[in-house]
Amino acid sequence: MELLKEREEQIYRTGEQPFSLSCDKDSLAGAVSQRACVFCGSRVVLYPIADALHLVHGPIGCAVYTWDIRGALSSGPELHRLSFSTDLQEIDVIFGGEKKLKRALLELIERHSPKAAFVYSTCIVGIIGDDMEAVCREVEKETHIPVIPVKSEGFMGNKRAGYTAACNAMARLIGSGDTTGISPYSLNILGDFNLAGEIWLIREYFERMGVEVVANITGDGRVADIKRAHGAALNVVQCSGSTMELARMMEDEYGVPSIRVSYFGVEDMAQALYDVAEHFNNPEILEKTRQLVKEELQELLPKLSFYKKALQGKKAAIYVGGSFKAFSLVKAFRLLGMDVVMVGSQTGTEQEYRELAEITDPGTIIVDDTNPLELTSFLEEKEVDIFVGGVKERPIAYKLGVGFCDHNHERKEILAGFSGMLNFAEEVYSSVMSPVWRFTYQKEAAQEKNCRIALANPKN
Amino acid sequence: MSKNPPNYISTTNACKLCTPLGAALAFKGIEGAVPYLHGSQGCATYMRRYIISHFNEPIDIASSSLSEKHAVYGGGANLKLGLMNVTEKYRPQLIGIATTCLTETIGDDVKLFLREYDKEVEGEKPIMVQVSTPSYSGTHMEGFHNAIASVVEALAGRDGKQDIGSGVNILPGFVSPADIRYLKEITDDFSMKATILPDISDTMDGPAAKTYAKIQPGGTPLSAIAVMGNSMGSVEFGHTMAEASGGVLLAEKFGVENTRMAMPMGIGASDRFFAYLSRLSGVPVPEKHQAERGRLVDSYVDSHKYVYGKKAIVYGEEDLVVGLTTFLAEIGVMPVLCASGGKSGKLAERIRQATADLLPEQPQVHEAMDFYDISELAESLGPDLLVGHSKGYPLAQKLSIPLIRVGFPIHDRMGGQRILHLGYRGTQQLFDLVVNACIAKKQGDSPIGYSYM
Repeated sequence: MELLKEREEQIYRTGEQPFSLSCDKDSLAGAVSQRACVFCGSRVVLYPIADALHLVHGPIGCAVYTWDIRGALSSGPELHRLSFSTDLQEIDVIFGGEKKLKRALLELIERHSPKAAFVYSTCIVGIIGDDMEAVCREVEKETHIPVIPVKSEGFMGNKRAGYTAACNAMARLIGSGDTTGISPYSLNILGDFNLAGEIWLIREYFERMGVEVVANITGDGRVADIKRAHGAALNVVQCSGSTMELARMMEDEYGVPSIRVSYFGVEDMAQALYDVAEHFNNPEILEKTRQLVKEELQELLPKLSFYKKALQGKKAAIYVGGSFKAFSLVKAFRLLGMDVVMVGSQTGTEQEYRELAEITDPGTIIVDDTNPLELTSFLEEKEVDIFVGGVKERPIAYKLGVGFCDHNHERKEILAGFSGMLNFAEEVYSSVMSPVWRFTYQKEAAQEKNCRIALANPKN
Repeated sequence: MSKNPPNYISTTNACKLCTPLGAALAFKGIEGAVPYLHGSQGCATYMRRYIISHFNEPIDIASSSLSEKHAVYGGGANLKLGLMNVTEKYRPQLIGIATTCLTETIGDDVKLFLREYDKEVEGEKPIMVQVSTPSYSGTHMEGFHNAIASVVEALAGRDGKQDIGSGVNILPGFVSPADIRYLKEITDDFSMKATILPDISDTMDGPAAKTYAKIQPGGTPLSAIAVMGNSMGSVEFGHTMAEASGGVLLAEKFGVENTRMAMPMGIGASDRFFAYLSRLSGVPVPEKHQAERGRLVDSYVDSHKYVYGKKAIVYGEEDLVVGLTTFLAEIGVMPVLCASGGKSGKLAERIRQATADLLPEQPQVHEAMDFYDISELAESLGPDLLVGHSKGYPLAQKLSIPLIRVGFPIHDRMGGQRILHLGYRGTQQLFDLVVNACIAKKQGDSPIGYSYM
C-alpha cells in the first residue's frame, strides 16, 4: 500500500537502515488515527480513583463515551464508574458555563460525599474561557474537599498531554496526607489501572515479599492513599508514558526514587519484583521474592508448555497505547515461541521505538500513531495469526480473518502477573486455534493459492 | 402523566449521545461515503470505539485533528488537508462532514472552506456534504436526521427521463441493519422500487469477504438518491424530528408526498405501514406478510397471560420509545415510565395518541432524562421489566429484573446489529423476547426447577 507522504517517517522496518522514526507528533488530519485526545489521556489515568467524583465539564459526548470505559475495578466505592457531566447547552456556550459547573459540583458533592473531585475541561471550555480554577477554589472552600481542575481540553496536544494534566492534578493531592506508620519497605504502584483486577494480584505479590503498598495510582485508587503517597520509599512505575511524570515530580519534591517496571509476561514480571527487592537491599525481602518467583514459575511453566508447543512459529502483531507495554508483549510472545512481525503504539517515544528496533527481528514493522488502512496492509503483508490491541483494532483483525486479543478496554481476564501470562497464552491460543477460521474466505483464498503452487511445482 | 420529573442541574449516566455521532452513522449508510468530523482527534476515535462495540464492524471516521493553533487561527487548513488525505487513501464517492462543538464555537465556516477547496484543489473530488452538528445542541438523533436532510438537500433530484411517481422513499431513522434488510424484503414483496436512506444494512453489518474493503460495500446508492424526487411518496418513521427533515425537503422541492408515521412496532403500527405500502403500490399486502401477521396474533394469544399487567420502564431515543411503548401497551404490559435523553417536547403527546385506547392509565413520560433520574423514579414504580439499550443494565441488575435489549448501543451482548425491531417480524421477535424474559424470571425465582412453564 502507498503510504501518505507525511506518514512515511513514522514507520520503520527493523534492520533496513539506520534507525529513524519520528513520533510525538500531532495526528495527521484525515489519516484516521487510532488516538483519542488530551481529555482521554487524563480521563483514563484518573478515572480509576474510585472514591473521587469525576465531573466532565462540557457537552455530553465526552462524558458518555468515557462512561466506565475500561472496566477499572474497585474493591470498595464505585463512584468512578458513574459518568458525570455538566451537559453544556447552547445557552451555556453563549453565556458561559461557570455557574452551571458550580451548581453541578455542589449538587454532586452533596449527593455522593466524595473524598475529592476532579473537574475535566473539554475542548469547548477552553474556547468559551470558563475559569475552572476559580470555580474549583470556591467549591473547595464551601465543601472542604479537594476540588481539582484537570486541564484537558481535547485539542491542546495529543493523549500524552492528557497524561501530564492527570499527573499535575494528582500532584495537588500528594503531600497533604499523614505519612506516619509507613514502613521503610514501602512503595506506590504507578501506572496500573486495575483492569480485570490486576492491581490486586500485583499488590498481593508485593505483600508476599514483605513490602507495604501505600497507594495504588490509580487502579482501585483512593484519595486518602494518594494524599500520603509521598511517604512511600519507592515509586514503581508501569505504563511509564502516563505516570512517569508524576514519579519525576515526586522525586523532585519529596525525594521518592522510582523504577520502571512492567507486569506483563514472565520475564518482566519477575524482573519487576527483583528490581523492587534489590532496591530495598534487604536479604529477607530478597529471599521471599526468590521464593515467590520460584513458586509461581513452578506453577506456571508446566501449564505454559502446552501452549508453547501449539503456538510455535505463529506470527503476532501488536498495537497498543503505550510502547512500554509493547516491549513486554514482544517478550511474552517470544516466550510462547511466536514471532512478532509488527509492533506499534499511539504514544511511544523515540527512545522506546529505538529499543524496540533493537530487540525485534529484522523486517519487523515498527509504527507510531498508525491507522486502519496501514494496519490492514501490515497484517496482510505479514500474514499475521494474532493481533493484540484494543476495541478499535478488533474489527480490522476479524475482517482480515486474523485472531485477536483485547489488551485494553473490554477484557475481563487478568493478563498481568504470572497467572496473567497463562490467561494471555490461553486467550491467544483460543483465538488462533479456533475452528472458525477455516470458514473465513481468506483461508479459502490462501488454500487455493497453495493448491495452485503445489500444482505448478509437483515435486514439492 | 403525573408527578414532576426530577430536575437536577448535573447529568449522571446520560441517556443520549452527541450530535456528531448520529451524523457519522447516517453518513455510513450512503454508498461510498466516509464520515469526517471537523474537530479534535478524540471525537472521531471515541465514537468509533463506541460504535464498534455495538456493530463489531470497522468504522473509519476521519478527523481534521485540530490542535491548539487551529483553535486560535481557524481549522480551515487542516480541514482541507484532511479532505485531501481521505480522498487519496479511501477514494470515496462522498465525504460527509460533520462539525463538532469545537469548530462550531470557534466559528469555522465549513461551507466557505469547501467552496475554497473546490477552487484550490485540482483533480477528481468526491462529493462533499456537510452538516452542522454542535454537540451542545440536541442528541445523536438530531445529528442523524440533520445529516440525512443535508444529503437530501445536496443530492436529491428528479430525472425527467425516468418515471415520475414510481417507487417509495423510506427514511427509517436510526434502525438496525436487520431492520433495513427486512424493509427491503417487504418492498420487494410489494414489487416496489424503494430508496431507503440511509441504508446501513451492509456497511455496518458486512459479510465476511476475501479482501478488506477500505469502504464497506453497500449504502444508499448515490444514483438512487439523485432520483428520490421521482418517487410517489416518502415515509419517515418517527414524529419527533425537526420540521425540516429529509422527507419534508423532498415534498417541498419535488412535491413528493411525505408521510410521517410512528416506527412500525406492534401490530397496529405495522398495519399502518403495510397499508401505506399497499395504497402506494396498489398491491394488496402479500400473503407471506399476512401469514406473518397471523402467526404474530396467534402468539399474542398463546402467551398473553405471561405478560399481562407487567410493569415496564422504557427508555432510549424518543421515536423508539414511542414505538416500544405502543407495542408493550398492545400486549398488555403496562408502561409505567417512558424516558428519553432527547427533548423534542413531543414525546408525551405522541405516546398518548398512540396508546390512549390501549392503556387504562398513561405512563409517566419524561424528556431530558438521564439514568440517575430513571433509577430514582424506578424505586417507587416497582417495574418488572426494563426495555432499552445496554446502558440500563446496572439498573436492571440493581432491581433484579430482566432487561430487554433493543436499539443502540448493545455493548454487553453480541448481535446488536441483527436485532429486528420493525414490522410483524420484528414485533414477533420482540414479543418472544419479552415473554421469555418474564417466564425465565418466574422460573429462575422458583426453587422448584419447573421444566414446564
